[in-house]
Amino acid sequence: MLLIPCPWCGPREEAEFHYGGQAHVAYPEDPAALSDEEWARYLFFRDNPKGVFAERWSHSAGCRRWFNALRDTATNQIHGVYRVGEPRPVAS
Amino acid sequence: MAERRSPAAAYAGRFEAASRGGALRLAELPFLTQIDVRVDPSSPAAGDIGDALGVPLPVEPGTAVRAGSGADEVTVAWLGPDEWLVVAPEGHRVELLRKGLGDRHGSIVDVSAQRTALLVTGPRARDLLAHGCALDLHPAVFGPGACAQTTLARAQVVLIPREDGFLLLVRSSFAAYLAEWLLDAAAEYVA
Ligand SMILES: [Zn+2]
Repeated sequence: MLLIPCPWCGPREEAEFHYGGQAHVAYPEDPAALSDEEWARYLFFRDNPKGVFAERWSHSAGCRRWFNALRDTATNQIHGVYRVGEPRPVAS
Repeated sequence: MAERRSPAAAYAGRFEAASRGGALRLAELPFLTQIDVRVDPSSPAAGDIGDALGVPLPVEPGTAVRAGSGADEVTVAWLGPDEWLVVAPEGHRVELLRKGLGDRHGSIVDVSAQRTALLVTGPRARDLLAHGCALDLHPAVFGPGACAQTTLARAQVVLIPREDGFLLLVRSSFAAYLAEWLLDAAAEYVA
């Protein structure tokens, strides 16, 4: 069980959260202009690093806000959380 | 008028029996008025809603304020950075809040039927909830003035601590489940 620090509510157990995948995947400016391959890349292709990964979480059983977290995929250590709209912090 | 039945009405007798020992008091507070408020906390509308409530909307996460007394008593709990839950006695006038918001951006929704309120008080109230809640419920960190949305025995609840225990708001469809769980967990504290 992870202890995830919601940027609004503070540390809560993992069961209160939903995972939202990779963060900072921007919606294409003009989706209609994309080729099928480019669209598929936007929809389905995600980074899969071993190490620090910026990802989205939703505190679904608490304040119901989406936020971003820097989690090490190898150790599960959470290096930081930040609210939507805040810049990605430098991982320590 | 149609007969109303609160979500945990069937448990009144068993709540009362579990309350007899003095270590715990379990009771449903049925038909409270509950109003969901959504508004930008920095907007003038938020200030006007606070005026209508008689207390400013709390902006610190995980806090709740109480104001007024008797029929005018309200508890305003922080649910999110732009969302609050107003809990008040039955019959509280939601129109006052609507007037406070006016036609500005925001929403005031009567959600009284969404959740019912269970009162868990007495010297063992905290021990009882600790059986199914991961939060530190000690009054030093979670006393009057705090509030939390979390899970109790896997059911989503809004927890509002009081001087003598906790007010627990649970979805109506989960009320029977949570009542059964509370009674089961209370067995060791009931004489
Ligand atoms: Zn939260």
